[in-house]
Amino acid sequence: MSKYTALKKEANKLTTLPKTPTGINGLDEITLGGFPKGRPTLICGGAGCGKTLFSLEFIVKGVTDYNEPGVFIAFEEKAHELAMNVTSLGFDLEKLQKDKKIKIDYIHVDKSEIEETGEYDLSGLFIRLGHAIDSIGAKRVVLDTIENLFSGLDNEGILRAELRRLFQFLKDKGVTAIITGEKGEKTLTRKGLEEYVSDCVIFLDHRVINQISTRRLRIIKYRGSLHGTNEYPFLIDEEGISVLPVTSLKLDKPVATSIIKSGIPSLDQMFSLGGFYKGSSILVSGTAGTGKTSIAASFVNAACSRKEKSLYFAFEESPSQIIRNMSSVGLDLQKHVDKGLLKFYAARPTLYGLEMHLVAIHKAIQKFKPDVIVLDPITNLITVGSFSDVKSMLVRLIDFLQESQITVMFTALTLNSIINEQTDDGVSSLVDSWLCIKDIEFNGERNRGLYVMKTRGMKHSNQVREFVITNKGLDLIDVYIGPEGVLTGSAREAQVLLEETGMVLHSNALGRKDRELLRKRKVLEAKIESLKTEFESTEEELNKVYIEEDIKREVITKTRKQMTQFRSGNYQKPDQANPKEE
Amino acid sequence: MEIEGSSPQDWTIAVDEKYSLRLFVAGASSMSVKAIKNLQVILENNLKGKYELEIIDIHQQPLLLQKEDIFAVPLLIKKYPAPIRRLVGDMSDVNKVLKGLGLN
Repeated sequence: MSKYTALKKEANKLTTLPKTPTGINGLDEITLGGFPKGRPTLICGGAGCGKTLFSLEFIVKGVTDYNEPGVFIAFEEKAHELAMNVTSLGFDLEKLQKDKKIKIDYIHVDKSEIEETGEYDLSGLFIRLGHAIDSIGAKRVVLDTIENLFSGLDNEGILRAELRRLFQFLKDKGVTAIITGEKGEKTLTRKGLEEYVSDCVIFLDHRVINQISTRRLRIIKYRGSLHGTNEYPFLIDEEGISVLPVTSLKLDKPVATSIIKSGIPSLDQMFSLGGFYKGSSILVSGTAGTGKTSIAASFVNAACSRKEKSLYFAFEESPSQIIRNMSSVGLDLQKHVDKGLLKFYAARPTLYGLEMHLVAIHKAIQKFKPDVIVLDPITNLITVGSFSDVKSMLVRLIDFLQESQITVMFTALTLNSIINEQTDDGVSSLVDSWLCIKDIEFNGERNRGLYVMKTRGMKHSNQVREFVITNKGLDLIDVYIGPEGVLTGSAREAQVLLEETGMVLHSNALGRKDRELLRKRKVLEAKIESLKTEFESTEEELNKVYIEEDIKREVITKTRKQMTQFRSGNYQKPDQANPKEE
Repeated sequence: MEIEGSSPQDWTIAVDEKYSLRLFVAGASSMSVKAIKNLQVILENNLKGKYELEIIDIHQQPLLLQKEDIFAVPLLIKKYPAPIRRLVGDMSDVNKVLKGLGLN
């Protein structure tokens, strides 16, 4: 975790406070190395918050991981009760006690048996503790819960003075100690132990919100050391306690430029680089039954086929259910499971709180070290948290995944309600690629239309593709977009057929039209010819009239001249007359 | 390990109806001395000849601490007669000591 390594570096510069690693998963990270060495640490919290388990794991891990023997002074439970309580965690206290690695001493404080008759001190406890420490060479000590002394003894003045002496005694012994304390009404512990143990105080909390419990841990103070200051969720499971520092909010993740395929070739084609970036986050959202899980499964299938490890977090279906269902679309996930490339992690969202889910997811990822993970579906998590909670959880998860260069695919169910739209919006700002599957209801059937809402850092197709699920796998087909709108499914098929028929008819029609044109042309040409002839004859006719007119006029003029001559007496025989003499 | 006073013979005292008492002290501190003195005075005044008192220095017997479940000292354990009582302190409160011994 980059934030913590940065803090650690700084811490090393500033202080040389020696620390004792607790061995508790994740706790050493937020305390930057563990508890202050040779000093007491107070762990406080309400009933059932995990104080005893916490301190017991500190002792056991001390032996198993760091070869540091430990003494456990129990004021509440007898040694064999303790041993029984933690066998489920794989801690064999009986054996560790026999091997002289651990010493458990039960101090019974019963007020009804005790009469106080004056001044006293706790030398008995000191000697007992000192003897236990010396007998096994203990480096770690737990006092659980020392406040019980207050319930058995009345003289608080003496007890307080003795506690002060006890902590000094522990320091002198050089042991790293854990003191546990029950949470008080206004104080961290009922009797104000925090006044005495001032080096390191850790508060455990067990909150129930909406009937879902979440355990959280917070370092209230750590003198002389930097530490994470947030509330960190922690998980108690069959391997003990896991705390995870999951609030690194720096945006300084490494990025990859390599491409990871989606497992659907036609989907990859929608991206200019032919797939998603490695280490990116992909959201697949859609309404119920649109094939989100199928997309996720084929993504996982593709990863496993490339020999990459995949982890599938199922919040809706059981692993066997997913495997069976996916075999119907031609995806054989079982073979990947058998090869150990694919692992399912199935849990009902209501199993525990969001934070716990996050811790569990972290743990599973750290253990399996996958290249690809799927969360199917994230919207189911809303049942255990508010939208902002889910969002903040996903932010942290995506952060963590990006740091580890793990590609993640989320599926999200969109309902036709405003609330869920918001969820999509909220998450969409976090994810790098967003595929949206929409129901297209038309012509009495429902079909799936897939489009890429966004993808960061590369061009993508803006086309709606029809998403078809066949028994051979998933595919995308270009939808028909025509004058009648977007057509999918059988309407698209029909349209394609219709178009094919249309083409034949059309070419046929074209031929006929051509021939008709030719004929028309011929007719017209013939007509033009006849008109020409007609015009010629009309012209001739007209010319004839002109000549006749000319001749007529000539004759008339001649005749008139003759008539004039005749009237003037110079009558001549018309045939004797010489017109040229005029 | 053989622990003084814990052998079965101890319980034969019960037949004699003597008070079986054990006082645990931490070394020769002033509190220890005070407790021993106070207790002896009380016992002499109230149970003369009817008690057996064993004084144990816990520094010498650290294993006994766990067995007898001792944390606060001085501690007087009344083994007999029943009920077992544990009296913590320097025995300066005479009434409480008597009450603890079942003598008032």
